[in-house]
Amino acid sequence: MFAQKRSIYYYNSVIGLAKDIKIALVGNPNTGKSTLFNLLTGLNQKIGNFPGITVDKKVGYTRLPDGREAEIIDLPGTYSLYPKSKDEGIVFQVLADPANPSYPDMIVLVADATNLRRNLLLYTQVADLGLPVVLALNMTDMAKKEGIAVDIDKLSAKLGIQIVAISARNNSGLDQLKEAIKNTTSFATQTAGADLHMLAPAAIDEIKDYLKIKNDYLALQFLHQHEHLATFKAADHERIEQIERDHDFHSSKLQAAETVARYRYLSTVLTGVIEDTGAEKKFAFSDKLDSILTHRFWGLFIFIGILFFIFNAIFTWSSYPMELIEYTFVWLTNYGHEHLPGGLLTDLFLDGILAGLGGIVIFIPQIAILFALISILEDTGYMARVTFMMDRIMRKFGLSGKSVVPMIGSIACAVPSIMSARNIESWKDRIITIMVAPLVSCSARLPVYTLLISLVVPEDTIWGFVSLQGLTLMGMYLISIVAALLVAFVMKFIIKAKEKSYFIMELPVYRMPRWANVIYTMYEKSKTFVIEAGKVIIAISIVLWVLATYGPSERFEAIEAKYAAIEAQKDSVQIATLERDKSAEKLENSYAGILGHMIEPAIRPLGFDWKIGIALITSFAAREAFVGTMATIYSVEGGDEEVGTIRSKMLAAKNAEGLPVFTFATAFSLMLFYAFAMQCMSTVAIVYRETKSWKWPVIQLVYMTAMAYIASLIAYQLLK
Amino acid sequence: MKLSQLNPGERGTIVAFTDLEMSVKLMEMGCLPGETVEVERLAPLGDPIAIRVAGYQLCLRKSEASIIIIQ
Repeated sequence: MFAQKRSIYYYNSVIGLAKDIKIALVGNPNTGKSTLFNLLTGLNQKIGNFPGITVDKKVGYTRLPDGREAEIIDLPGTYSLYPKSKDEGIVFQVLADPANPSYPDMIVLVADATNLRRNLLLYTQVADLGLPVVLALNMTDMAKKEGIAVDIDKLSAKLGIQIVAISARNNSGLDQLKEAIKNTTSFATQTAGADLHMLAPAAIDEIKDYLKIKNDYLALQFLHQHEHLATFKAADHERIEQIERDHDFHSSKLQAAETVARYRYLSTVLTGVIEDTGAEKKFAFSDKLDSILTHRFWGLFIFIGILFFIFNAIFTWSSYPMELIEYTFVWLTNYGHEHLPGGLLTDLFLDGILAGLGGIVIFIPQIAILFALISILEDTGYMARVTFMMDRIMRKFGLSGKSVVPMIGSIACAVPSIMSARNIESWKDRIITIMVAPLVSCSARLPVYTLLISLVVPEDTIWGFVSLQGLTLMGMYLISIVAALLVAFVMKFIIKAKEKSYFIMELPVYRMPRWANVIYTMYEKSKTFVIEAGKVIIAISIVLWVLATYGPSERFEAIEAKYAAIEAQKDSVQIATLERDKSAEKLENSYAGILGHMIEPAIRPLGFDWKIGIALITSFAAREAFVGTMATIYSVEGGDEEVGTIRSKMLAAKNAEGLPVFTFATAFSLMLFYAFAMQCMSTVAIVYRETKSWKWPVIQLVYMTAMAYIASLIAYQLLK
Repeated sequence: MKLSQLNPGERGTIVAFTDLEMSVKLMEMGCLPGETVEVERLAPLGDPIAIRVAGYQLCLRKSEASIIIIQ
């Protein structure tokens, strides 16, 4: 029977492939699969996209003992080939479709030896697809400590495949695994598992006949989830659905029957293979920790403390590297202006592209720190407890416990956080999380807040140690979180659920974080951020540079003439500020300036003038453009690093009636506007990418802008 | 009796499920008929609950636990 399993689809391994052999890593979540991937590939990995879908594809390379180079694909962790979330769906799409560019030559199934039976459920499904499989039995050392003995030779004989005991954490067994991969035959050797043909014999036979395949399980899987495979044409789908109707194919019922049959088969396989002696010693440490960390009262308290720590770390630890990056870019720009031939191309390169690049790179320290801390929380198993504790509260607001991670992540940046919402199974929970995540104050708002707060909030302290400015800053973050929850609450009633939301999740035992993983995560997320956000920000900065540099020629000529005349007078007082005044006046008359004047009537009720209007327009691309724009408008040379000077200029700024522009009311109105408005092209782009439609980013843009406008209006009218 | 009715520390044996779709997910996660389950603790707000089943810890909402019939 298993000879049949070498399906005709196998031609893929023969025709031209970039690498000598393609290997897919498959396994349950929390099995150490990603650690193994990192160990096998080192930094020799890249993140790509699976064609047509947005889930990240992690690919790395390693050399086998016989000199062949293997391409390794790390597939998302899953408990079964029947997907429950977007991420999990990939596993089936890759493994069942030879036309998929990631279709592997063989599979390495990573299983956790401490919970072998549940882990082998996925193995039996994967093995039935008919690809060659090697089983990597991870955490065998841990299992031994817990009193679980696995007879690997016996299991290997029963399953008909090579099994290698590894410990990804201790970096052991890797050479043996590579050796086993090397020795893997190009055809599948696994023994046939549970008889699944009997589940739907007639329908399976008809599919096999129609698609000219020999594999029973593939046929059954196509009946279940053909709609997720790109390889089928409309006619195929119709035919398969017809077969389903003809034979009264009931997907859920058959999945249940299949699972029961597989577990029954596994029971016979595992008799005499697993010996469990130390049942009592297990989990004692984890349980003790749980009784503190998920304690009725202390649990939430500790969580808030950890949040505070993360929040603090993002700002304090990143300040030095951020300053360093800032100075580097300033230095580069100055150096460029001095040494490159002057001209528009140089200006575009330095003030457009380099400035835009600097705006992205500056956030790397914060993002790296945030992701390092989040990955530590995830790796130790604490994050699972957070979702467990917060689920009840979050559900009240139309979210799920799993929304907590993206929401916390949004304090640094909404872009990677929105990507991390993928592991939320329920479509509705996920959409609401994506819709409200950008409301949480991200690091790009920080420079805006700090500048404005320093303008209008005195540097006093209450009770001698609580800084008033710091308190205001924290208030802005609190407002943003409350706003996110309230919007989620409203959306809960508007958005209709496509399926039942559920929250069935493994609580892994507590473990020490694997530092290599933490470093990989930091590296990988920062890289993704720079590339994803970078593309958009650079494009927009070029457009903005053009808008702010050019204007109607007659106006510009008039300015040139005026300053030429002033220069001719040789008035030393005026000459000193000549260049700055000229560039400020040019900006006012540039296309960006004209736009600012154009929107002034609309933003006047919020307390903003045309100059702030320009900043609003420029920071549509990215909020952090605010400080830079303000700097240019108030004709301060240098940019962000001279916040003090911008400050004094802004403080001194007077409106037509001779009153200061930046009053308490205006500054607050402006801060609220930045808190709520969707001024981030990268977020728009990522929401489009994640939801695969313009509907959601457009709704988000509209509701956030409306909210920002109304909040600013109310604040200004009340405070002025 | 439903799993959701157990207090922390109490255990039972799964006999059936009242929701087919949910039962697939639960069984894939190791909650099979015949398995012993023990309620380990409740979340600080009383829901979800953490249970010990098939040699590991699983958490689920009370509404989901209520589809599991135990003895």
